[in-house]
Amino acid sequence: MKVDILIIGAGPAGMAAALAAAPSGARIAVLDDNPAAGGQIWRDGPQAHLPPLARDYRQRLEAQANIEHLPATRVVALAGPKALLVEDPEQGRVIEYDRLILCTGARELLLPFPGWTLPGVTGAGGLQALIKGGMPVAGERIVIAGSGPLLLASAATARDNGATVLNIAEQAPWSKVAGFAAQLPRWPHKLLQSFGLFHPGYRANSHVFEALGEGRLEAVRLNIGGQLREVACERLACGFGLIPNLQLGQALGCHIDNGAIAVDAWQATSLADHYAAGESTGFGGSEKALVEGAIAGHAAVGERNAAQRLWPQRQRWHGFATALNAAFALRDEVKHLARPDTLICRCEDVPLAAVADHQGWSQAKMASRCGMGACQGRICGGAAQALFGWQPPVPRPPFSPARIDTLLQLGADAHSQA
Amino acid sequence: MSDGADVIVIGAGIVGAACAHELARRGQRVLVLDAGLRAATAAGMGHLIVLDDNPAELALSQYSVQRWRDWSRDMPDDCAYRQNGTLWLAANAEEMAVAEAKYQVLREHGLDCELLGAGALRDAEPELRDGLHGGLRVTGDGILYAPNAARWLLDHPLIEQRRARVIEIDGSRVRLEDGGWLGAQAVILAGGTHVTELCPELPIEPKKGHLLITDRYPGRISHTLVELGYVTSAHNASGPSTAANIQPRPTGQLFIGASRQFGSSDPAVEPWMLAKMLQRAVDYMPGLARLNGIRAWTGFRAAGPDGLPLLGEHPQRPGLWLAVGHEGLGVTTAPGSADLLVAQLLGETAPLAPEPYLPQRFPGVRAHA
Amino acid sequence: MPELTLDGRPLLVAPGTTVAAALLLGGDGTSRTSVSGQRRAPVCGMGICQECRVTIDGQRRLACQTLCRDGMRVESRP
Repeated sequence: MKVDILIIGAGPAGMAAALAAAPSGARIAVLDDNPAAGGQIWRDGPQAHLPPLARDYRQRLEAQANIEHLPATRVVALAGPKALLVEDPEQGRVIEYDRLILCTGARELLLPFPGWTLPGVTGAGGLQALIKGGMPVAGERIVIAGSGPLLLASAATARDNGATVLNIAEQAPWSKVAGFAAQLPRWPHKLLQSFGLFHPGYRANSHVFEALGEGRLEAVRLNIGGQLREVACERLACGFGLIPNLQLGQALGCHIDNGAIAVDAWQATSLADHYAAGESTGFGGSEKALVEGAIAGHAAVGERNAAQRLWPQRQRWHGFATALNAAFALRDEVKHLARPDTLICRCEDVPLAAVADHQGWSQAKMASRCGMGACQGRICGGAAQALFGWQPPVPRPPFSPARIDTLLQLGADAHSQA
Repeated sequence: MSDGADVIVIGAGIVGAACAHELARRGQRVLVLDAGLRAATAAGMGHLIVLDDNPAELALSQYSVQRWRDWSRDMPDDCAYRQNGTLWLAANAEEMAVAEAKYQVLREHGLDCELLGAGALRDAEPELRDGLHGGLRVTGDGILYAPNAARWLLDHPLIEQRRARVIEIDGSRVRLEDGGWLGAQAVILAGGTHVTELCPELPIEPKKGHLLITDRYPGRISHTLVELGYVTSAHNASGPSTAANIQPRPTGQLFIGASRQFGSSDPAVEPWMLAKMLQRAVDYMPGLARLNGIRAWTGFRAAGPDGLPLLGEHPQRPGLWLAVGHEGLGVTTAPGSADLLVAQLLGETAPLAPEPYLPQRFPGVRAHA
Repeated sequence: MPELTLDGRPLLVAPGTTVAAALLLGGDGTSRTSVSGQRRAPVCGMGICQECRVTIDGQRRLACQTLCRDGMRVESRP
């Protein structure tokens, strides 16, 4: 398969990029490892309620004859210059492209704390995604903890589906949260987000202390403004903000700056014909992703005027991103919740004590098996970076677990030996 | 203690660790310097295997595999030692003849092994494809996790380890990156592929290999499966080559090798070579195709011209002792290499005849001024 | 409505339901047994953490990114 423009990720950035590039007539493919387009924020499912804007984007994407959406498809390896090996549930294949737009989004930062491996504990965005996919939570008591606006969105989804949200523990101090909320009128579309601040169980300056239970979650101990309080519940959703998904950009050789894929005013990366947009260039929400995606799409087909017209809009949402990231910066305390026997690596069940004494990621991995499992260090590596400042190494193929059958495709085409 | 070390060992990989261990066991104080560079011990498969390409290789690997078996009684669990045996696979009549010849040689040397016909092979490993001619089971072979085995060997009160890069060797003295010199009665160079940076006259070349490990699928195979094509083609080829080598890890993961390439020092995983290697493994075990691979990586073997390591004093640099050039057998032959070298260094009777491994067999090393 | 088998038991789910949701609809919500013997359940919900690896029709796949289909066989235990 060969396309003019290949877009990795069908969230807001990827959809906007595809739609902006489509009028050029270019052959476009958008691939995403989820079963439907929409990314995390517009995830569909039996218990999801998509906003009109999301429906609109999805319908327009489907209506464009020159855009092919490849769902449930993930990138496994580089297969030569401007070629990627991808895998879906049925097959592996190589897709060649002329231009690439990385809209790989972000994942949740999950920090280890005692009991975080118990069934019943999920990420904050994780809970939202699982509920949208049909996971029943009606009648459950839920505690939400961590940091950022995602906690509020997750609480809203849980409540809409019949759960009782007992507490929302936000680690950031009240002064910063209130300061952020006070700025929200500058971004009127975002006003809705402030509703959750009035949830009676919302507490700033608070974080999870430990999760308790035998075989599954039974209660959570929270640190609420310095006071420990135990809350009986069936579910804890805990996420400490988002970290950009850089793996593919890194593997391609795109310049990374300050934990995000570096881009210029055209959303172009340091690599010719390779663009990036959305959360992978820095966390800032769906509006930033939409406008960046559109700029990247226009720029990728040479419509520089159309791209440039969107610069002021992007500027505005970058302002929002800056305010957001400043307000919810992580406090040191939440980086020290794990105890020596708390598992850091969930794949290989490696406790903190086995990891902490090493000088860096590679050494710790070699000695303890931390990061050697199926998630390839995406969870424990992110945690180790937050806890110890260790830099994760450049990813190697396969970028995610992949069928060996798929990897055999790397030998199938002559161009892969170039 | 560092100023008072009797012996300095350069390289904390499996060979350097074994040398340090054997010296310390004899009461020598050892300083082990390691620069933390890419190393074969960390990258390799940890396959303990008796190879018989020539009598010297057989002697060293047979002796060493036995030593690992002895050591295994004291090794901690995280060294993951298992005596699971190697199963050599014969795809055709020609390879079966090789298996039979190998069987004769190994039996003559007292090794426990067994020829399997096609039916017995299927019974032993049902995941293998139909149509193989048979195989040879070598019972004493095993596996281990070499990085932890090296760490265990170095855990001795008379061994001091230091993270330091040696930039020059002058007999039994070494100069570190910071410019300072350290001296001892002897220096052992066990730096794998990096030794030519310090001794350019050594005939060592890096031979790149790819590896892949799967997710956990316990119970699929029990032996380490190696195709006999490994002997008939890949082992002797000079161009890029692959051979099926599938190892069951104690974790339930399957470890897939092997590839060989000369002339590359780029550690990147090369997609075409990875595919070629996996295809070879799938040819023997078709069910592999449906399993998930979770990580792939590369490593470099320190290969000499004749496939045997260089073990002994450097003929032109008195005080410098070499334990280099182990190629793919460093983990297997580390114990024997250490015993041979240490015996020579301390004037003891060596457990094996040391001549085939002496560095002076190479004119370039002999002539170095 | 797709009907699948979860650990040998039949289960009817709404169209569009993920296998991750089915684990709770038809069982205790857990997906796998960890290396040290703990039961685990889906965590990130978005294909990153690999906690929801289950065997679907003989292949190991992520429950959170797989939609239930008629006749699908899902195994959460070895």
